[in-house]
Amino acid sequence: MKNSKKTTKKATNKSSDYISAKDARRIAKENRRITDEFEKIKNRKNVPESEYTTEMKNSNNLLEVENLHTYFFTDIGVVKSVSGVTFNVPKGKTVGIVGESGCGKSVTSLSIMQLVQRPQGQIVDGEIRFDFDKAIYDIVKIPTEKMQDIRGNEIAMIFQEPMTSLNPVFRIGLQINEVIELHNPEMSKEDVKSRTLEMIKMVGIPDVEKIYKMYPHELSGGMRQRIVIAMALSCDPKLIIADEPTTALDVTIQAQIMDLLRNLKDRINSSIMLITHDLGVIAEMADEVVVMYAGKVVEKGTAHEIFHNPSHPYTIGLMASRPGIGDKKSGKLFSIPGSVPNPVDMPNYCYFRDRCDRAIDACNGEYPPQIFLSDTHMVTCYRYLKDKGEQND
Amino acid sequence: MIERASINDNSTNGEIGFDDEVLKVKNLKKYYPVTSNVFMKAKSYVKAVDDVSFSIKKGTTMGLVGESGCGKTTIGKTILRLTDKTDGQVVFQGIDIHELNRKDLRKMRPKIQIIFQDPYSSLSPRMPVGEIIGEAVKDNKLIPKEEFDEYISKVMIDCGLQPYHKSRYPHEFSGGQRQRICIARAIALNPDFIVCDEPVSALDVSVQAQIINLLMELQEKYDLTYLFISHDLSVVEHISDNVGVMYLGNLVEYSDKESIFSEPLHPYTKALFSAIPVSDPDVRNERIILEGNIPSPSNPPSGCKFHTRCRECMDICKTQIPEMLEVKKGHTVACHLYTGKSLKE
Repeated sequence: MKNSKKTTKKATNKSSDYISAKDARRIAKENRRITDEFEKIKNRKNVPESEYTTEMKNSNNLLEVENLHTYFFTDIGVVKSVSGVTFNVPKGKTVGIVGESGCGKSVTSLSIMQLVQRPQGQIVDGEIRFDFDKAIYDIVKIPTEKMQDIRGNEIAMIFQEPMTSLNPVFRIGLQINEVIELHNPEMSKEDVKSRTLEMIKMVGIPDVEKIYKMYPHELSGGMRQRIVIAMALSCDPKLIIADEPTTALDVTIQAQIMDLLRNLKDRINSSIMLITHDLGVIAEMADEVVVMYAGKVVEKGTAHEIFHNPSHPYTIGLMASRPGIGDKKSGKLFSIPGSVPNPVDMPNYCYFRDRCDRAIDACNGEYPPQIFLSDTHMVTCYRYLKDKGEQND
Repeated sequence: MIERASINDNSTNGEIGFDDEVLKVKNLKKYYPVTSNVFMKAKSYVKAVDDVSFSIKKGTTMGLVGESGCGKTTIGKTILRLTDKTDGQVVFQGIDIHELNRKDLRKMRPKIQIIFQDPYSSLSPRMPVGEIIGEAVKDNKLIPKEEFDEYISKVMIDCGLQPYHKSRYPHEFSGGQRQRICIARAIALNPDFIVCDEPVSALDVSVQAQIINLLMELQEKYDLTYLFISHDLSVVEHISDNVGVMYLGNLVEYSDKESIFSEPLHPYTKALFSAIPVSDPDVRNERIILEGNIPSPSNPPSGCKFHTRCRECMDICKTQIPEMLEVKKGHTVACHLYTGKSLKE
């Protein structure tokens, strides 16, 4: 402890993000100790099933994320990428997650897939409950071998860049075959192929046989994204996590892909977790919206509530900063001043206070609690605490 | 300041007067040869830009929209003469850029600048920011040595950077700040014209707003002219005065912003605009989904290039190439639907 006090003093003398070699070594050693402990728990063999079986809070939910904390133990300190995220994905619904880059939306989805880079990245606390028809498991505690059956089969992920998520040296057909073979070892080769062709057809690509024999570089960006979607859906997953599926694409292709996702969702009756920073896409697709800022959920509610009654200053700023088609306002766009706080050294008050134009005295206190404006609409901002108090009185 | 007069004297195109039109692009063509072997003659050509004409007035912004692969970026590059044209003219302030010799072109360079799409790959990772911004200024001897440091600081402050950032390296900055560095690099040369090649598409929404505001502020301050290339229509609507829509190397519609956004004429423009997601969950606009992909530019369809995906395709579209017609005042479109309806004033 004494040591750390000394270092903070030293740090202020130089620039704020200065770390001496000695400190870096000390932090690295400390991190190693913590991550080793987590790894020890993770690497046990023959974990009894009872250990990771839990109960759902609401049986309508497919996925419940509760108080999730995912930290990265780096040499410059602990980065709290996700600290206390809670949200639900109901069956057959689409949940949109919005936020700036670096706010932890991707890490949340990777945590659900148990794909966080270990040993530096660790789920430190929280529960991720997922409803597999036979049982309900906590993904945080599930052993890695068991998770391999779930990935792809029950939860599938569509990554942001179709360019990098396909292997350039294998033909399209083989890559989709591989996924199906892996999850259905009992299927014959012919069945696998016909399933692959069916999947390629389902995502709206003509000339199925031709595409089957092509390499990824021969396809355009939109086509590649379709292939990635076909791959993700090939095992009829219950939950599709789409991490910025249309960011790299043109508007016309984006419209096609969104239509495709919506139709497929209805056909195989699954839920979608849509991660994006494009509010337009969210408005079109999502039933419920979760707004994240610096690793925390700042607002959540139905799409209607979020778009018609944005309450957190960050959400309001986000809405205002988007140039809209057809609105006649010209001149300056609203922009949120400042930038996201340093993830290694988060303040102990509201993370948004320093950028907020509506901050009140209460904001200097500790991080604001969750305040419910309606049954579904939650916001973490002190401005609404006062209102609610008056109503209750 | 560079002596503009000296360039004017050497100009081979004395007859093209320069008024308030800073840039004039006339019948510009850029074909890339397709060969199966390095030593072989070209089998065919990819017509990246095929007969495009437009002009931009001083102090205004022209937005150029279209799907990827339609030749937007190639136009930008050809205007700067980063690639050579195949045919046509690019006239900047009365001078045909493609006719200049090396020496004069170098003198011309500071006047036309470009901001690239990806702020992560367009900055040298080995150079401190101050050097990145100042390199071209030093090379072109725009500023005397004594004032150099002060000048760079001033440019950085203009672009929302702090002078102490000068000694830092690009990797220490976030995406938005890197784009500011790219803008500062372009502004430092005191240009008249900047090609912005998708400057905000790699950025977050909130940062996007900051960069757009910065670009608009700088335009006002230095009386800049922009060619704003983007596929994000909402951004284009916000920043542009005129909008050109491209499809497969052709300009299919060109108009002022109000007219094109309130009443798009070309079927492709209509489809493009209907594809924009609306940020209101209760509004569902009828969407025209374009079937299929953009055809290959090395083997474009005959007649109107859009006829393979067009909803309102007629027989004539398959054989005849439509001409650019002025349907309303200042609103031109290349589509057979409007033949005979052209404005005759």
